Amino acid sequence: MQVFPKISRMGEQAILLQFEPEISEKVLKKVLVCQKILQEKFLKGGVEVINTYHSLLVTYPDAIENAYDGFLQLKEELELAKILDNFKSHLFHIPVCYDEKFGVDLDEISEAKELQKREIIRLHSTALYTVYFTGFLPGFLYLGGLPEKLHFSRREYPRIEVPKGAVGIGEKQTGIYPQKSPGGWNILGNSPVPLFDPNLNPPCEIMAGDKIRFYEISLEEHQEISEMVEKGKFKFRKEEYDG
Amino acid sequence: MGKIEVLHPGLYSSIQDLGRFGFRKYGVPQSGAMDERAAGMANLLLQNEPNAAVLEITLQGPVLKFQEAAEIVITGADLSPVLDGEKLFNNHVVHVKAGRVLKFGSRISGFRAYVAIKNGFQTPEILKSRSWCKSVTPHHRLEKGMEIPFLRSGISASEKFSAVRSNTYLVSEIIEVYPGPEFDLLSASEKERLQKCPFSVGMDSDRMGIQFQEKLQNSLEPIITGPVLPGTVQLTPSGVLIALMKDCQTTGGYPRILQITQEGLNILAQKLPGEQLQIKLVNYR
Repeated sequence: MQVFPKISRMGEQAILLQFEPEISEKVLKKVLVCQKILQEKFLKGGVEVINTYHSLLVTYPDAIENAYDGFLQLKEELELAKILDNFKSHLFHIPVCYDEKFGVDLDEISEAKELQKREIIRLHSTALYTVYFTGFLPGFLYLGGLPEKLHFSRREYPRIEVPKGAVGIGEKQTGIYPQKSPGGWNILGNSPVPLFDPNLNPPCEIMAGDKIRFYEISLEEHQEISEMVEKGKFKFRKEEYDG
Repeated sequence: MGKIEVLHPGLYSSIQDLGRFGFRKYGVPQSGAMDERAAGMANLLLQNEPNAAVLEITLQGPVLKFQEAAEIVITGADLSPVLDGEKLFNNHVVHVKAGRVLKFGSRISGFRAYVAIKNGFQTPEILKSRSWCKSVTPHHRLEKGMEIPFLRSGISASEKFSAVRSNTYLVSEIIEVYPGPEFDLLSASEKERLQKCPFSVGMDSDRMGIQFQEKLQNSLEPIITGPVLPGTVQLTPSGVLIALMKDCQTTGGYPRILQITQEGLNILAQKLPGEQLQIKLVNYR
């Protein structure tokens, strides 16, 4: 597999690399492999490389003078980069309580999609999701892999406040609100796990390229895990993943 | 440790340094002083390091009581600062005696003023920065009763620093921008409109973004969510232009038609809602 990013500047301090404009694991893999190459190359000097679905943004601490030329040379290197088929990442098992206390929109989804609530929960908690990147809010994971049967439009009127941990569906995506925020997604449950802790470095454990699977927990288990999180004793259930 | 007590919070004030770097991949906004030039000037005059934390004040200033003596400099917007009845000037080192109260009055120029203190404010560092930001730090704005810590320093009585005046950018009406990643998708008439018509700052403007009142015809499709930065100008489906500012998200799904220069961002940060600007397209050297 070869890599052909389009390279352009974005202001005085950043360079944007764009790959094929599509949302796919194939493109994500290219993006993440290039990110790794660039990070190793520019590790020093406070250079940051962030990814989205099909882009990388390289930001510098100061105005770039001739790094752009360097990038054109680098392009050759990126074009020749071999992308390994097995990309090492982690599979995280994320507990979700789908009880009606949290799943405030389950009835509405059930009616509109003509699916039993149990079936919605089963579909949502058996799918394997891919983390594409983190954005929108600190610790908000952009997940791909929502089963088509669960694709559901956003709410007509976004809520002013969605609670921390709310698990929702918005069009083709599902995600967890890492903190309370305004939000337009339909909510089907709540996860007590910590997705962003500014007092830890790194503040997030789950990263682009990782996989996620949800599993159902009861209200009591939700309470127990919340208490563990509060005491700082919570550990993610995770395993190595080759994919 | 010296302390400044907040007697009245004013409209919106926050502690800022140059920003939070290395955490964008976790979705953490960059933050930092909206007008880097003014914040930098204040630190320079006090011989602080460039990243020393300053207080950013928006339009209506707070009332601050110094519990210890301090050396300060005020830069950026002229918000008529007064120290116990004595009028202060921007861009001058001011020696403040313990117990004195700093207030602000009417706006003369600009929108954001900066108060720097010798050695910088000593509020806690979170993710390697002292910049306040909603969803990252415990506080995001000054509140009544807060105490802002600073290091007591041997006050040097000498006035060895010359005051500087370089405030022409405060009244500049021209913002230089580079073409953004989706600029070329605009029609010729939209590109022309961007550069010929004035744009005025809208009411819905804060540290996350500044909206412009004038709309553009938007015939562009939304893009696949991609990276954005402070200075990225997005075009929303309804044709509204939003200039992303220091507390903006790290990613966005609207076409990124422009990228404002650093100096352009400083100028924009000093504009009041309703003030007009001319966009000037420049190319990368």
